[in-house]
Amino acid sequence: MRTLLLWCPDWPVLAAEIVDGVPATGPVAVLHANRVVACSERARAEGVRRGLRKREAQGRCPQLTVVEYDPGREARAFEPVVAAVEELVAGVEVVRPGACAVAARGPSRYLGGEEAAAERIVEHVALTCAVESQVGIADGVFAAGLAARSGRVVPPGGTPGFLADLPVEALGRPALADLLRRLGVRTLGDFAALPAGDVLARFGFDGALAHRLAAGRDHRPLAVRQPPADLAVTADHDEPLDRVDAAAFAARALAEQLHDRLAAHGLACTRLGIEAVTAHGQELHRVWRHDGLLTAAAIADRVRWQLDGWLSGSTGRAGARAARPTAGIIRLRLVPDGVIAQAGLQPGLWGEAGEERERAYRALSRVQGILGPEAVVTAVLGGGRSPADQVRLVPWGDERLPARPGGAAARPGEPPWPGRLPPPAPAVVLPDPLAATVHDAAGEPVVVSARLQLSAAPARLAVGTARPVEIVGWAGPWPVDERWWAPAEARRRARFQVCLADGAALLLAVEAGQWLVEAIYD
Amino acid sequence: MAGRMVVGSAALAGLVRPASAPDPAGGHRVLPVAPELTGLLPNRGLRRGSTIAVAIGQPRRSGGTSLVLALLAEASRAGSWCAVVGVPTFGAGAAAELGIALDRLALVPHPGPEWATVVAALIDGVDVVVTAVPAAVSASVANRLAARARQRGSVLVPYGRWDGADVTLQVVRGAWEGLGPGRGRLRRREVTVSARGRGAAARPREIKVWLPGDGFTRVIPRPASTTSVASTTGRSTAGRLRPVPPASASRRVALTLVGPA
Repeated sequence: MRTLLLWCPDWPVLAAEIVDGVPATGPVAVLHANRVVACSERARAEGVRRGLRKREAQGRCPQLTVVEYDPGREARAFEPVVAAVEELVAGVEVVRPGACAVAARGPSRYLGGEEAAAERIVEHVALTCAVESQVGIADGVFAAGLAARSGRVVPPGGTPGFLADLPVEALGRPALADLLRRLGVRTLGDFAALPAGDVLARFGFDGALAHRLAAGRDHRPLAVRQPPADLAVTADHDEPLDRVDAAAFAARALAEQLHDRLAAHGLACTRLGIEAVTAHGQELHRVWRHDGLLTAAAIADRVRWQLDGWLSGSTGRAGARAARPTAGIIRLRLVPDGVIAQAGLQPGLWGEAGEERERAYRALSRVQGILGPEAVVTAVLGGGRSPADQVRLVPWGDERLPARPGGAAARPGEPPWPGRLPPPAPAVVLPDPLAATVHDAAGEPVVVSARLQLSAAPARLAVGTARPVEIVGWAGPWPVDERWWAPAEARRRARFQVCLADGAALLLAVEAGQWLVEAIYD
Repeated sequence: MAGRMVVGSAALAGLVRPASAPDPAGGHRVLPVAPELTGLLPNRGLRRGSTIAVAIGQPRRSGGTSLVLALLAEASRAGSWCAVVGVPTFGAGAAAELGIALDRLALVPHPGPEWATVVAALIDGVDVVVTAVPAAVSASVANRLAARARQRGSVLVPYGRWDGADVTLQVVRGAWEGLGPGRGRLRRREVTVSARGRGAAARPREIKVWLPGDGFTRVIPRPASTTSVASTTGRSTAGRLRPVPPASASRRVALTLVGPA
């Protein structure tokens, strides 16, 4: 089968440049298990070769940049190249990152000849991805790969002749090549001349496969990759939608359509992107998460709430969300973002167990539609020394993970957080501590020394500009010196509990000489 | 196999109701509150559809927030869903200590100008809605929200100034214990809560509770002359100067009835 193979030389090096920004024009080597697996042109000129040890390679080229081998990075960087090839040719097989094969018959007929097709593909890849590549055309993927190294187009039927002169190392099987050399078989032609039955008897199945490849009988069809299915649904409206009920009607139809499309692929959606374009070209976009599966009704509800929020929306908190769109919506698009295989949903046997939960979820999702997904949160307790550190607020529907492990409900093996405040916890935790001043009985400001020595017993507290209040009970200083090893996050403070004459109790902290009210025991 | 059977039957135990148990349709009309607070509320609990306001305490910061959390605690523990609107300073640690299930508690810290819409939406689906009352709420909006709660069977707990509530609770006095000049730590607070309202709750009541308690159910003895109403906790009344027990003792109820003032 005529195969066209696109090969990018030194792909591991190029991938390192694309993903990590390592300049591929300099001497670069990609190492795996302390051996060089690929190197750049400059490094090769300095004598770096595949298979060298790191020390050896650096000895030959002292200014060598060493990059660790990362197959994920290579595959990721290769994806745009495959997409560029797919724009011209249908049915691409990714042989490995850096090489992809297509059946040559289609593009050569469409683009007017094999050379023209090869030129066109190389040019397109260079233009869209700025990646240099070479193309080889031959019968079979194996021969095409070897042809691509020299950028050759092997004429139809000429493949056995093209392969005959190549050394046995080209098979990519070092152990077999070594053995063949010692047996006096030096080229693929010599190897292909051996009787197939004897090769199978002597070298086993892998040897027999190599023998077929060497003879140019590579009949394996391409394993073409399936481009990801386009699951998004779009609806255009000639009449701009500016009323909520009209929008809701459109939303329901669109949601059913999306759900049918997902069901046809055997998929279900856990995250849904809603995009709308208004008549004035304004684009609105929001993503909804759901920890269960989104059914058709749930999709419709979310779209309706979102449109409701957009169309009837007034400006929320300053800058928290965009103002109401200036015109009606003319295009609506639903993009299923998180898609998983639908394995069927199992509701509870005694159904009403989750009814209240369902009701609450609907109400909270509705509020999320009005205010935005981050406006409805749920608190998760974790580790930490101050009351504010222990709590993390996660948007409703997201996974409830604490910011730091451990804390009051610490399981064995989790950090115990020595120095955290004893219960009871304060009922009012100020997100932004209030500045305060503390004076002693003589009217002098109270200071805490570096050795935690208090200048005098605190007697009066003034929060902000309010009138000073007498302190009737106090305890402290309780020092906290956190994250001193990370200068940007280091915090050193001393905390106090104080009881005021009016019955209030506060948690104070002194940080860098400044008194702060951190929490109120309301 | 046998192990799975046992797990299965244990899971069912929560769902299957014995025939002798009260019917949830009638029995769930009142959400439970901590036993110490039942005396304040006309139905000895949070009646579905009612509005129970908590006014800002007279000396501010003397226990109003803790009172709100204490009202929620028992209902939340029993499986109700709760929401708190407009309280950006919510102390989740204190809520958890009082027994509120944080995974069934939603917070809307900044409802903004959409406050009434948000509260109405939450009333539709959540059992108890606590909301800090914004500065300017017209009587008609307040009435509409209360009517909605009545219709949907939710409990609305406005925190702040609210006219026309079924019951209005207010912290009159709060006194902390455990903190001396330069020593000790905050351990517990004696809070005096007053309740006034309409209908069955028209007669003003006042009780004293530990809020938060020191995690140890015990009664503050009253002067020997008056009879004890505090015997509901089932503990004898002992000397007033009992030492504060160590905090390592089993923490069961964080709230203790003290007796009428």
